[in-house]
Amino acid sequence: MLRLTDLVKQYKTGDKALKNVNLEVPDGQVMALIGPSGAGKSTLIRCVNRLVEPTSGKIHLNDLELTTLGQGSLRRTRRRMGMIFQEYALVERLTVMENVLSGRLGYVPFWRSYFRKFPQADVNEAFRLLERVGLDHMVDKRADELSGGQRQRVGICRALIQNPELLLVDEPTASLDPKTSRQIMRLIRELCEERKLSAIINIHDVLLAQMFAERIVGLQLGEIVYDGPPDGLTPDVLTQIYGEEDWEATIEKVDDEDELGDDTPPQQQAATSN
Amino acid sequence: MGTNMNTSVHRTWKKPPFIQSPLLRWGLVVGAAIYIALAFGTMDVNWSRVADGIPRGQRFVSAFFPPDFVSRAGDILDGILESLWITIISTVAGIAISIPVGLGAARNLSPRPVYLASRAVLAISRTFPEIIIALFAVKLFGFGPFAGFIALSIGTLGFYGKLLAEDIEDMDPSQAEAVKATGAGWFQWLNYAVQPQVMPRMIGLGMYRLDINFRESAVVGIVGGGGIGATLLTSFDRYEFDSAAAILLIIIGIVMAVEYSSSYIRKWVQ
Repeated sequence: MLRLTDLVKQYKTGDKALKNVNLEVPDGQVMALIGPSGAGKSTLIRCVNRLVEPTSGKIHLNDLELTTLGQGSLRRTRRRMGMIFQEYALVERLTVMENVLSGRLGYVPFWRSYFRKFPQADVNEAFRLLERVGLDHMVDKRADELSGGQRQRVGICRALIQNPELLLVDEPTASLDPKTSRQIMRLIRELCEERKLSAIINIHDVLLAQMFAERIVGLQLGEIVYDGPPDGLTPDVLTQIYGEEDWEATIEKVDDEDELGDDTPPQQQAATSN
Repeated sequence: MGTNMNTSVHRTWKKPPFIQSPLLRWGLVVGAAIYIALAFGTMDVNWSRVADGIPRGQRFVSAFFPPDFVSRAGDILDGILESLWITIISTVAGIAISIPVGLGAARNLSPRPVYLASRAVLAISRTFPEIIIALFAVKLFGFGPFAGFIALSIGTLGFYGKLLAEDIEDMDPSQAEAVKATGAGWFQWLNYAVQPQVMPRMIGLGMYRLDINFRESAVVGIVGGGGIGATLLTSFDRYEFDSAAAILLIIIGIVMAVEYSSSYIRKWVQ
C-alpha cells in the first residue's frame, strides 16, 4: 500500500505544485490521476520515487517511510517502483534488450552491468516480458528504430523487470495515436492484474482513464478535488477539475467506447502482438 | 460580410525588427560603419615594402621546388614518427584526464563547488594557446618531445573537457531520469544513460583533436617541443627549402588522411 500524508511540494520559484495531498493507494489498485496541465500530476508521482524531492509531508510504501531515506536505501527502494514515461524515455542508442535489462541495474553490481553480463535469470525474464508484449523478435534493434507503440512496450518491460510492487505511469499515451493508446492502456491494466500491481497513471485523456482505471483522482492546482469511481465523473465534477466546458459529449461517449474496449475483434488483437 | 473581408485583405504586416528602438538600431549600423572606415584608414600599409616582398616570396616559393624527400629522409622519418608518438599519447592522455574534469564541469551532474572548480581548470587550460604552454614546458622539462607531450595534453584537456561537459549538459534529461528511476547506481547511470548519449559526438571530437594535435605538434616542435616541427625548423635554418617543402607536403598528407578517416568513423558511430 502507498500512503501520502500531507504531501507538499514547493518549487524554488515559489510555485506550490502540491498542497497537502493525502492519498492512499491499496495493493493491486489501478488509479488514474487526471487534471489539467500544471495541476501537479507529474510532480506527485515524481515525489513518490523522489526524482523530485518533496518539501514536506510523508510517503509510506507499506511500512517504509520514503522521504527520509538516504542515498543507498533510496536506490534500493526505487527498485520496488517501476516507472513508465510520456515520451517513452528509452535510451535511444541502446538496444531493446539493453533498455529492458537496465531495469535490473539496481540489482546487479557495476561490472556485470558494464560488460552486459546480466544473470541468466534476468535475461530469461527479459525474453519472457518481451514475448508477452510481442517484441521478442526485436531484441537487438536499437530503441530509436522502433515505432511509438513499440517503444512504450519496451518501456513497460523495463519497468516490469524491476519486479516492482507499484507502477508510476506518467502520461503513457500522450504521444501515441488513439488505437495504440488503448492497446497500451489495456496492456498496462492486464499486466497489473496478472502481477497484482498497484499503479498510479497520470493521464490527460478522461475517456481512457474511465475505460481502464478502477478509481479516478482529480487534481486541480495541487489539490485533490475528486476521488471516486470512473462513473462518478459528472459534468459538474469535470468542470470542477478542468473548468467550464461542455462535458456532455465526453460523458455520453464513454458507454459506447467501453463496450468497444472489452471485445476487441481478433485481427486487432493480432495487431497488438506485432 | 463583404466589407469585413475587404478590410482584412488590406491589413499590412512587417516582420518586427530585431532591435526595437530605431535610434539604437540605426546608431549601431552607423557606428559600426564609422569604426570600420577608421580602422582601415589607420592601418599603415607601406606599399613599397609590399612591392619588395612579392619577388622575395616568388624566390622563396621557387626554392621549395622540387621538394626533396630524399637527402634528409632519415631526419624526416624520425621527426614524423616522433610527432605521431606525441600526437597519439597526448590525445589519449588528454582525453583520459578530461573525462573526470568534464563530468565535474557538467552543471546537471555535479554539485556547485565541483562544477566551479572543474570549470576553472578548463578555463585556465584553455586560456593559453598550445605554443605558450609548450614554451613553459620546454623551460621546465628541457627540449624534446616530453615538453610537446605536456603542452598538447593540456591543450586537449581544455578542448575536450569543455565540449564533453557541454554535451552532457545538452543530453536528454528524460532518458537520464528513466535510468535513475530504476535504482541504478551512479556509475551504472553514467554507463547506461549518459555515455550512450554523448559517445558518438565524443568519438568524432576525439578524432578531430587527434588531427589538431598532429598539426600542433609541428608548431610546438618549432619552440623546442620535439617532433617534425624541430626537423622543419632545422631545415629552414640550413636554407634547405626543398626539404622543408617535403616536410610540409607530408604534414598536409597526414592531416588529410586523418580528416578523411575521421569523417568516415563519425558516420559509422552515429
